Amino acid sequence: MNVKIKGRVWVFGDEINTDLIFPHSAFRVPPEEQVKLVFSDNRPGWSSLVKPGDILIAGKNFGTGSSRPGAVLLRRLGLACMAADSINGLFYRNAISYGFPALQCPGVSKMFEEGDTAEIDMLEGTVTNLRTGETRVGNKLSKLMAEIISAGGIEELLIQEGYMD
Amino acid sequence: MGMTMSEKILARHAGVPSASAGDILTCQVDVAVCHDMFFTVAGQIDFERVNKIADPDKCVVLLDHAVPAPTAKDALGAVKARAFVKKHGIKNFYDVGEHAVIHQLLVEKGFAAPGRLIAAGDSHTCAAGAMNAAARGFGPAEMMYIWCKGETWYQVSPTILYNLHGSFTSQAVTGKDLFLYIAGVYGDATNMNVEFGGEGVGNMTIPQRQSVATMCAEINAEFAIFPCDNVLREFLESRGDQSVNAVDPDPDAVYYDIRDIDLSSLMPYVALPHYIPNNCCPVADVEGTEIHQVLVGSCSNGRLEDIALVASIVKGKRVARGVRFIVTPASQKIYLEALKEGYLETLVEAGAVVTNATCGACYGGHMGLLGPGERCLSTTTRNFKARMGDADSEVMLCAPATAAASALTGRITDPREFLEG
Repeated sequence: MNVKIKGRVWVFGDEINTDLIFPHSAFRVPPEEQVKLVFSDNRPGWSSLVKPGDILIAGKNFGTGSSRPGAVLLRRLGLACMAADSINGLFYRNAISYGFPALQCPGVSKMFEEGDTAEIDMLEGTVTNLRTGETRVGNKLSKLMAEIISAGGIEELLIQEGYMD
Repeated sequence: MGMTMSEKILARHAGVPSASAGDILTCQVDVAVCHDMFFTVAGQIDFERVNKIADPDKCVVLLDHAVPAPTAKDALGAVKARAFVKKHGIKNFYDVGEHAVIHQLLVEKGFAAPGRLIAAGDSHTCAAGAMNAAARGFGPAEMMYIWCKGETWYQVSPTILYNLHGSFTSQAVTGKDLFLYIAGVYGDATNMNVEFGGEGVGNMTIPQRQSVATMCAEINAEFAIFPCDNVLREFLESRGDQSVNAVDPDPDAVYYDIRDIDLSSLMPYVALPHYIPNNCCPVADVEGTEIHQVLVGSCSNGRLEDIALVASIVKGKRVARGVRFIVTPASQKIYLEALKEGYLETLVEAGAVVTNATCGACYGGHMGLLGPGERCLSTTTRNFKARMGDADSEVMLCAPATAAASALTGRITDPREFLEG
């Protein structure tokens, strides 16, 4: 995992739930089709605009809802990381276990306009808007969580430890 | 320093004398459960490559979301689930015919029990907190990890205590209304545990507690735990549980906040579209709103007492023209009991459609999805945009009595007049 991540920002609001990130329509289609359906109900066409390395910024309770791993679709879509005012605990665990860096940082949603460039330090928990110079400090990734993300997620750990062929 | 119920269960399963908010612990998990979506949904975890599991007797696999299979791909997921349990010697497998919505199954089969640490691949797993257990949902990768290793990490969260007093003053006001009140007034509990106490708990039935505990997923709670009181002990005895490893909070437990609620002050509430925290109001505020579908069911409100209450309201009456009234029991057992009690006959005579026990339309799977411009009043768990069908439909959430009364009028209706006088 890159500790410091710099990228173009997409801004979303509060209460962005798992069913918007990973809609039911994506349950039974192949992974390459799944990513195209991210936010298809609340922002149709967005998934085709994302470029590798982009960063998602959102409001409170990001990822509220289901156990379906929305984080893995965001990662496969090419997003480098995300930060939100607050993140649902189950989504957060999914983010770590699917190797997608996520940061809780109260107030971060007010720092950015779409298209700004953010710099996020996952270990320090800092978010900076490179246009305005504003910086906020959120929750640092713990050592354990950083190790899981660095390994590439839980599945990689299970392969390394011989639990998966 | 005293401990909350959540802290005690985590400390016990980590083999440490105490735990407090902020600690990260590695805990042994008592029971780990996955349903059909673990096997059906593409791109989640390559479970067919797993070669060893820590303890098959601590694993449970069940089919509930898509039973009987509504699509060939759901049928394929079930085929993979059957092959997986055979390969790994998982005896606790519940196939079509003995199925129940996961959170009801864990209670009916005795997996959800006091003091246990329960992991399941479903966000509403906190439902088992009604049984005095610490239970939470995990994604597919972590469920596979827990199956393989028997353990995982937990970060101990701060706890909000709701002290409940008094009792509900109307038969029409039930556990779901308590939850909608909490969510409406206090908003989310993100990164927090929610625990319940106070003498009012003793005035709540087990299904009402299950409803509240399930719904705590919607305020983003980590655990949602009820105490083990006489009502729960009697329930456990009726289930045949011999020993009970219950946890009580210490008198000097440390809470993030303590909030008192008088159950007698509560009334029927609804959650407005498309999210729940700070987005609920009394039924009176939206009374008369037109609806096209009413749904009673799910891990929140598909239990026998819910169906009995709904049947008592519609008995001898007719569902309003233009309204589809769907009742989905939470388990085969409940379905059979409701059949024997005559509730299903009453419902069908009133114009309701009684479906097979399943998660069904709650997650947008099958049996009651919405078209554009339609509004559903539902006792299910979520009101997210597009979850139950078209992106231009709406879901509003309520308790069973409100659902039944509204099915009769075709508009959102206060149910109290249907049960009193």
